[in-house]
Amino acid sequence: MKTIAVIGASLAGLSTVRALRTEGYDGDIVVVGEERHQPYDRPPLSKDFLKGDISADALALGSAEEYEELRVRWLLGRRAVGLDPAARAITLSDGQELHADGVVIATGAGARTVPGADGLAGIHTLRSLDDAEALRADLLNGLPRVVVIGAGFVGAEVASTAHRLGLQVTVIEALDVPLERALGREMGLLCSSLHTDHGVRLQCGTGVTGFSSGNGRVTGVHLADGRLVPADVVLVGVGVRPATDWLAGSGVHVDDGVVCDTGCATNVPQVVAVGDVARCPHPFTGRHARIEHWTSAMEQAGTAARTLLSGTSAPPPSRPPYFWSDQYRIRIQLAGHVLPGDRPELLDGDYESRSFTAVYRREGHPVAVLAMDQPKLFNRLRRTLVPAVAAAAP
Amino acid sequence: MITVCRIEDLPPGESMRVTDGVPAPIALFNADGAVYAIDDTCTHQDASLADGWLEGCFVECPLHAASFDLRTGRPTCLPAKAPVRTYPVTVEDGHVLLHVSVGEPV
Ligand SMILES: Cc1cc2nc3c(=O)[nH]c(=O)nc-3n(C[C@H](O)[C@H](O)[C@H](O)COP(=O)(O)OP(=O)(O)OC[C@H]3O[C@@H](n4cnc5c(N)ncnc54)[C@H](O)[C@@H]3O)c2cc1C
Ligand code: FES
Repeated sequence: MKTIAVIGASLAGLSTVRALRTEGYDGDIVVVGEERHQPYDRPPLSKDFLKGDISADALALGSAEEYEELRVRWLLGRRAVGLDPAARAITLSDGQELHADGVVIATGAGARTVPGADGLAGIHTLRSLDDAEALRADLLNGLPRVVVIGAGFVGAEVASTAHRLGLQVTVIEALDVPLERALGREMGLLCSSLHTDHGVRLQCGTGVTGFSSGNGRVTGVHLADGRLVPADVVLVGVGVRPATDWLAGSGVHVDDGVVCDTGCATNVPQVVAVGDVARCPHPFTGRHARIEHWTSAMEQAGTAARTLLSGTSAPPPSRPPYFWSDQYRIRIQLAGHVLPGDRPELLDGDYESRSFTAVYRREGHPVAVLAMDQPKLFNRLRRTLVPAVAAAAP
Repeated sequence: MITVCRIEDLPPGESMRVTDGVPAPIALFNADGAVYAIDDTCTHQDASLADGWLEGCFVECPLHAASFDLRTGRPTCLPAKAPVRTYPVTVEDGHVLLHVSVGEPV
């Protein structure tokens, strides 16, 4: 293999470049990135960066020296618009055509939005540094009333940050119980009570039907139950869609992400996928789903690099999926995978104080652990979790 | 120099965070009988290494799993890149003594 093209210049793409060099690959590496920025860290965009505690420079994932050592050729500020595996060619938005022996699909995901949001000033989504800068500028413009649509993790973090900036915040969630899919009913309710603990209003079980506006700027959010919530700034945090449009017609199998085997191999030889865009069967959860977590993008990179270089699907480590979220100065950590019916059991601390560790059990086996502000016990228990396959066995 | 605790209060496998009398929080570890002291705050982002996972003379950060060598303070894997400072620590007459001077520049 003489040239590898990495499409997507973020955590998964850069981590794969690092892994390729660690594995001894000595050929050319070209990284194509739609954003004009070199790889940066996204989690702080809703946390410290949005609050203003850290600058954009502090988000950089790598340094000039490292990139020199890695010998990467960057093609930033342009997107890949097509892939022709037979010709081993990638077409870019500036008309350039790249030829590569191996391709790493690391295009991540883009924020979803809601109907009626397009073209109105004051309505934001949050995925990129540019998004975060625009949102921050709007939050600092006077004392805007903030409405967050979607009480998922990104929405909850933005609500928390806006609250800490001294703003009046309302969170609107279509589901009756926020985060129920990730945490189950009981813990979803508990995590979302962090909003109400801090005087942030939370409206659940009602969807958004549209927006009111004046002079091209949002003034309010219409709810399905007929109410209108006044708003000067709106953050739409309703999840993401994998960035696979550019693969249309390429023959790469796409179905809610790039469909891969456990080793990140796609159906097309010498094409692997990694990070938020990749849908791999997970050795720990047994599920074939995309995992939109930072740690997963880091971990998959090694697997994808080994698969690409060896030509046979490399086995991934069987670690429980992990993510963290910082809200209202509380650190939430979850490892493992929660199914409806898995009951959380309090192991330490108490729910009222928002400092606890709980373990979810399936057939008596620990399959997930959730903690608020108890990192030490959390990390001990994380190592005791049992993979779903084993937990399901009679 | 600070007298931190009695050695019984820091048994093998345990860690402790010291915040009083030090310029910045320090984490102490008893790695199978040898006591080490390093900066408590991870050089990657905001996590306390005293809450980390101790394995031999390495500690894994509780937030994103960077690992630090307690002997040198150097990270052994990403996402951390910069080392933490190490501090001399001794055990005398059953007391754990941390050799930092108050007001030492950070
Ligand atoms: C605000 C925010 C907060 C988060 N907080 C947490 C957290 O607390 N904990 C946690 O575990 N995870 C968190 N995450 C998730 C984490 O950041 C992602 O899992 C991670 O960024 C995935 O990396 P990736 O490289 O796969 O995708 P991305 O980071 O999405 O990168 C994909 C890159 O590819 C580019 N691209 C897309 N299409 C093309 C194309 N056709 N051609 C060229 N380039 C293209 C995109 O512009 C982008 O730069 C957060 C995410 C966000 C947005
Ligand atoms: S904060 Fe320690 S590894 Fe990220």
